[in-house]
Amino acid sequence: MLSLLTFLPLVGAVVVVLAPRSSARWIALTTSLLTFVVSLIALLRFDPSAAGYQFVESLPWVPQYGITYKLGVDGISLWLVLLTTFIFPVALWFSGESIHHRERAYYALMLLMETATLGVFLALDLFLFYVFWEFALVPMYFIIGVWGGERRLYAAVKFFLYTMVGSVLMLVAILVLGIGAGTFDLEAIAQRNAAFRSDVWLFAAFALAFAIKVPIFPFHTWLPDAHVEAPTPGSVILASVLLKMGSYGLIRYNLGLFPEASAWAAPVLVAFGVIGILYGALVAFAQNDAKKLIAYSSVSHMGFIVLGIFALNAIGVQGALLQMVNHGLSTGGLFLAIGMLYERRHTRDMRQFGGVWARMPLFGTLTLLLVLASVGLPTLNGFVGEFTILQGAFLRDPLAAGFGALGMVLSAAYLLTFFQKVFLGESRDPANVHLRDLNWREVASVAPLIVLCFVIGVYAAPFFGAMDASVAALLQSMNVARAW
Amino acid sequence: MTLLIVSPILFPLLGMLINALFGQRMRERVVGWVASFAVIAAFAASVVLFVQLSQSHGEPLRLTLAPWITAGALNVAWGFLVDPLSAVMMLIVTGVGALIHIYSIGYMHGDPRFARYFVYLNLFVAAMLVLVMADNFLVLFVGWELVGLCSYLLIGFWFQDVKNAAAGRKAFVVNRIGDVGFVLGMLLIFATFGTLDFETVFAQVKVRGESLAAVASLITLLLFIGATGKSAQIPLFVWLPDAMAGPTPVSALIHAATMVTAGVYMMSRAHVLFELAPTTQALIALVGAITALVAGSSALRQVDIKKVLAYSTVSQLGFMVAAAGLGAYVAALFHLLTHAFFKALLFLGAGSVIHAMHAAHGDVDPQDMRAMGGLAKRMPFTFLTFVIGGLALAGLPPLAGFFSKDEVLLAAFADNPLVFVLLGITAAFTALYVGRQIVLVFLGEPRSANAAHAHESPAIMTMPLAVLALLTLAGGAINLPGGGWLHHWLEPVLHEAAKPLNVGLALVFTLIALGALALAWVWYRDAQRARLEVESALGRFLLSAWHIDAVYHATVLRAFYTLSTICSQLIDIGLIDAAVNAVGRSARAAADQLRAAQSGFVRNYGLLMFLGVIVLVVYFVVVR
Repeated sequence: MLSLLTFLPLVGAVVVVLAPRSSARWIALTTSLLTFVVSLIALLRFDPSAAGYQFVESLPWVPQYGITYKLGVDGISLWLVLLTTFIFPVALWFSGESIHHRERAYYALMLLMETATLGVFLALDLFLFYVFWEFALVPMYFIIGVWGGERRLYAAVKFFLYTMVGSVLMLVAILVLGIGAGTFDLEAIAQRNAAFRSDVWLFAAFALAFAIKVPIFPFHTWLPDAHVEAPTPGSVILASVLLKMGSYGLIRYNLGLFPEASAWAAPVLVAFGVIGILYGALVAFAQNDAKKLIAYSSVSHMGFIVLGIFALNAIGVQGALLQMVNHGLSTGGLFLAIGMLYERRHTRDMRQFGGVWARMPLFGTLTLLLVLASVGLPTLNGFVGEFTILQGAFLRDPLAAGFGALGMVLSAAYLLTFFQKVFLGESRDPANVHLRDLNWREVASVAPLIVLCFVIGVYAAPFFGAMDASVAALLQSMNVARAW
Repeated sequence: MTLLIVSPILFPLLGMLINALFGQRMRERVVGWVASFAVIAAFAASVVLFVQLSQSHGEPLRLTLAPWITAGALNVAWGFLVDPLSAVMMLIVTGVGALIHIYSIGYMHGDPRFARYFVYLNLFVAAMLVLVMADNFLVLFVGWELVGLCSYLLIGFWFQDVKNAAAGRKAFVVNRIGDVGFVLGMLLIFATFGTLDFETVFAQVKVRGESLAAVASLITLLLFIGATGKSAQIPLFVWLPDAMAGPTPVSALIHAATMVTAGVYMMSRAHVLFELAPTTQALIALVGAITALVAGSSALRQVDIKKVLAYSTVSQLGFMVAAAGLGAYVAALFHLLTHAFFKALLFLGAGSVIHAMHAAHGDVDPQDMRAMGGLAKRMPFTFLTFVIGGLALAGLPPLAGFFSKDEVLLAAFADNPLVFVLLGITAAFTALYVGRQIVLVFLGEPRSANAAHAHESPAIMTMPLAVLALLTLAGGAINLPGGGWLHHWLEPVLHEAAKPLNVGLALVFTLIALGALALAWVWYRDAQRARLEVESALGRFLLSAWHIDAVYHATVLRAFYTLSTICSQLIDIGLIDAAVNAVGRSARAAADQLRAAQSGFVRNYGLLMFLGVIVLVVYFVVVR
């Protein structure tokens, strides 16, 4: 089933290339919806009480080097897989609004990216993981580089090289691990190799690759450029899914393979998480470009996730996992909202708007809900994630939680300022007078995200419930878990 | 039965949904009455619960709806609780709330976003009920934040004027500063007790007792920081005067009667923790008293009819907070209750005046008291009820405010001389600004065309005034001195001994109030005095509330903007990104020199990386 899930989009990509151009979007959309259905079936059949991998598929690939084709899902990857299969149809749906040339190539690349990202979350073999990881880079490079804004080439190359530098070192680490152990099987390595558990260098090689992807301060400067230049659906995928590859990797590989090194490095990563929260928020506040503002808000929100992960307790890690989904929903939604504005006015400069809520009442209300989700208002999803992370962090390091909590004030400051500049007050440009409110297609793209924000916000228990066993097992294997 | 417990929350939510979905297509009256009946139904349900509670002799009613957060050991459910304390708050919220909903039908008549207004107002009532009915800290915090959201939305309701929008944002952000304190308090509570449930935490406090003294001091301090935001105390009170940008019924409901008292409610709810922390208690009493004095003195020189009441509210909240700090929770809650009556009455009365000034098409600011005068003849009913509210605020017997304020002063007199002196001076100020306001608004001759042509407001607005005036007249009977009904009712929750009436004290403060009112009449019959006094240095100092806002702008805000600019310009662009680009360029230059033939530079990188990988792998595998 997981192979079907992973490669269904790839099949769709092939069909898109072969089929006539006019049908590209519909084929892509149908494929991604089918993929979503497959993932829902997996969800229904998922046993939340089991700690280990489920639906495991394993085939020898390059047996002489111990490389296997092995997929599986557990409570740690489950919601990220569902986030991925959920966000791709949304992004593809919205692509109809913003992508108007070379559609076939675009939709094929998007589907390729879906296969790659699903592979990253599902792979249980280090080599296979690395293949998917690199494979995910390429479509985004082209999507920014071909369908992006004015400085798209600079942003694309920066994105590509930056992440390449990180992943090359990870490749070294993977080869060292695999050759040393005689196998690339993740579970086998984790069980067999006590010697690696405290290897700081291998830990650092993985951590750097993931830190760039997350991104953790100070490796974040590729992100605003990539977001600003990427087309709206590209930004949605980048924020919702691609960044999560980094934070997922930190849990699965850094915590899973190098528990002692993780415990050793945790104070440093906690510190960088907190710096990211505050720094990202402070920089976000100074932006005039709405997309840049949201990009820096991602840096801040991802800082919370890093903080939760390196709390190294169940509360913190579960909070971080849920917050990955939350961030995908609310930030993905905000990028959609900015895309809707951009399609109308061809600018993202907040100083040129003002009073938009009066012209577009529905749009204003929906955007406000996304803003509030991102601000961390209770009954919406962001609050559950942030509070849980802070609780986990507080149990490890109260001071870090204290500084991290200041992010609550700062996010209110910059996001409500964003909302005020664009939606409140009087219009600062005559062009705003003729803005029309959302059409049904636009509402349909963003409404599912908002509904989920509410569902997670008031009833997070089942989401946490499914990850409970796996996170507990991970922490137990790390031997650093405390009573919490 | 189970649904009955949460029905006070569900009715306004239902009203909100109906108006949110269909409000645009329904007639104004229908929208208004749907919303009002939702709150009336919530009031009825609260009465039923109240009766049930009194029949079960204060044995609390509980309901756990569903699990909410279950991460590791962190377990929080949607749990609700009706005990004597929450029952009183529910009656205040839904009772005063219903009156203000009805009043709003008249006040908001003709507003293009009429339905939206009632959606927010219904949501507010639901959120406030979540706050007072929560059975754990985190659900309380849900209500706490949601009322803050409604406050934000309603302060900025007329958002086309960016000043209103900015006032809403200020309220939200300043409250968030307090909320960080509240959140940290909860984190510490969980770290200490392993739960956030009221019952378990308080039971553990009783068992573990003094061994918790140090951590309780910190917890209560953090929770109190939250209270300074929501209940507008120094240092975070600055948002409340600006919050007057919202429609006046909103000021009455949210920024006088209910939301701003949430901090006082929270401290009463968690009094078991606060009682373990005498240091925090002393600080709270002092902060409350200083806030009362600073805000009370500022009210003396305001010229905007609502700003007088806003500073008065901050000042009266200071009384309640001081009482809580002194451990006199019954007095704090009693004053909360009477204040809800008479301050809602005063705000609605002010709304009636503004409505009349606004309708009478002139060119003056309809809220400027310098342009009013002579309204007693033109709006006799509003005048009468406003005077009742004003005299209650001034603390004259036998009005409700007299009894509750007396209890607070009595507690201070017994325990803390400094707090007593500060509150005593404030009491004199209170009577003075009340007298000043009544004289300037209602007496003398009209000082503008608006005032001259003002008319009494419609019945839908004056009827709520009448009801609140009656409650203000009779409200003191709820807790007559020496252990009245409220005392007994709250006994199972607060376990507080009643204090007997101190006749001498009551007499002295009645005389002070009468004297101050007389002084106001002598001074402000000549309206010229009000015009001139705000122009003096002292006048400007008090008009701007001791320049505290200006100090924040010059220090905290300026530092924040500077830091934000430094991070975005100097560090992010100037340092980090410049370094990244420099690395990119030098790598490219190095590659240019290395390569012999012409080839794409990405391929060069690829080759370089490939070689590097091999070298490193060999090093790690073979050499180490």
